[in-house]
Amino acid sequence: MLTVSLQHALPGFGLDVQFEAPPGVTVLFGRSGTGKTTVIQVVAGLLRPDQGRVALEGEVLCDTSRGQWLPPHKRRMGYVFQEGRLFPHLTVRQNLAFGQWFAPRAAKRESLERVVELLGIGPLLHRRPGHLSGGEKQRVAIGRALLSAPRMILADEPLSALDEARKAEILPYFERLRDEIGIPMLYVSHSAAEVARLATTVVVLQDGRVQRQGTAAEVLGDPAVMPAGVRAAGALLQARVARHHSDGLTELDAGGVPLFLPQIAKAPGSVVRVRISAHEVILSRHRPEGLSALNILPGTVEHLRTGGGPGAMVSLTTPAGRVLARVTRRSAQALGLETGAECFAIVKTVSIAPEDIGGG
Amino acid sequence: MSAEAAWLGPEEWQAVMLSLRVSIWATLAALPLAVFVAYALARWQFPGKQIVNSLVHLPLILPPVVTGYLLLMLFGTKGPVGGALQQIGIVFAFRWTGAALAAAVMAFPLMVRAIRLSVEAVDPKLEQAAATLGASRLMCFATITLPMILPGLIAGVVLGFAKAMGEFGATITFVSSIPGQTQTLPSAIYTFLQVPGGETAALRLTLVSIAIALTALLLSELLARRAADRAGGR
Repeated sequence: MLTVSLQHALPGFGLDVQFEAPPGVTVLFGRSGTGKTTVIQVVAGLLRPDQGRVALEGEVLCDTSRGQWLPPHKRRMGYVFQEGRLFPHLTVRQNLAFGQWFAPRAAKRESLERVVELLGIGPLLHRRPGHLSGGEKQRVAIGRALLSAPRMILADEPLSALDEARKAEILPYFERLRDEIGIPMLYVSHSAAEVARLATTVVVLQDGRVQRQGTAAEVLGDPAVMPAGVRAAGALLQARVARHHSDGLTELDAGGVPLFLPQIAKAPGSVVRVRISAHEVILSRHRPEGLSALNILPGTVEHLRTGGGPGAMVSLTTPAGRVLARVTRRSAQALGLETGAECFAIVKTVSIAPEDIGGG
Repeated sequence: MSAEAAWLGPEEWQAVMLSLRVSIWATLAALPLAVFVAYALARWQFPGKQIVNSLVHLPLILPPVVTGYLLLMLFGTKGPVGGALQQIGIVFAFRWTGAALAAAVMAFPLMVRAIRLSVEAVDPKLEQAAATLGASRLMCFATITLPMILPGLIAGVVLGFAKAMGEFGATITFVSSIPGQTQTLPSAIYTFLQVPGGETAALRLTLVSIAIALTALLLSELLARRAADRAGGR
């Protein structure tokens, strides 16, 4: 368990943050410029906060009130930087081995072979970083952090410097870190999709404060919390893979309701999480017929949230979990959507993108 | 070797060997301090930084004769530093060690400047990354910074060596021009030019000077290119 409490003056605003990161992946979620990177730098020991206390598993890393400060090289935090920061004068193998030299003998270590296999970087070992693509660099950076026998992985928007295709290539490796290595992680992101796929716990930062902390499903399903903006809103459903169909679809069982997705590479029985973008959901008061959309979730309106604009955010409770739908205020009025109203959420199968589907 | 010795007169040969010894010692002795000062000026904020910077550059802008005279006052046998060092058996005045000291002082600013530029070119973010991987400050420097500044370091060494080989004003003021003790190449050339018929000897020494300078330059180019290839990740 990592506990963080800090105050730090930044240009334009003050950071005042308290949170706890239980085992698993804790995602610091918020727009750019809300102080996320500052928090992770304080945890790593790269920045001294004006005031604060950071402790990991009971060991104090920093406590300004007592003048305690553990320098970064003694913290054993595996930091994956936004831009990789591989050492240009060393080969990939030497980069990977760098942290191994300094890891304490007694620390639980991953073997180079396992990490190389996990990240698929075997063919790169003899190259120098200057000859690697962005995605390859980031995989090596993950491996380098992992091999320093860290007590925790810190990842600062590790995908933001990559294009969409590379993001989709790297994200599964973080899932493997979470599921196969089981190392605790603090992960900074402004992307709802990354939160949906990785987070065990989400800490939402806004204007230098913790706005909300909870599980990924709780936080993403809360219409009041939209740090990435209303267009990126979307709830998270947990479902079990039921079967794969021969026409390229995967059928999930989401609380008894069938949910069809474009085929995914998960065995029947495994649990997946699916993010349903709020603006991809259509609402209907009656069970629609003769409709091309395959996914129809019966539910009850839990809450209707309107702002100054033309839109409204409707949260529904369905057997599959909470679903958010972004509709116009006009439609909400025409359909008589108010708390307690029965309605159906309609989701096109093809609107669920691969980056919205994650393991566990 | 003997052919060269025959081609050069014994006094000329002595001057060449002395100059090489003085310059190599001056450069090697000044290098660790130059790296430290360059790193401190590039990376650290500390009170009095501007004063340190000015002091380092002083030999570059002062007339060499003034630097030599200051050295004489400080490190002469009656000077405050020289007197104290004499107690423990270290004498600079009118010895080859004094010539090396003068050369080191004159070469120092050039070395610091070259090395400082290359330190500034190293991204501190790489040192941060090394720290998160468990490397202490010293290990960061040894494994990341030092290999990456190697081209600048080589440039600094060559510049410093060239300056030390050519140093004249401060040396002759501080330790005079005693054949076999403190008569370096430039002072030997100067002395030969003062005697009738010494032009041929002066010319031979001039050719030797040019040869040494060109060799050093080529060698450094070669080393720097290899180091830059490594540091650049190729």
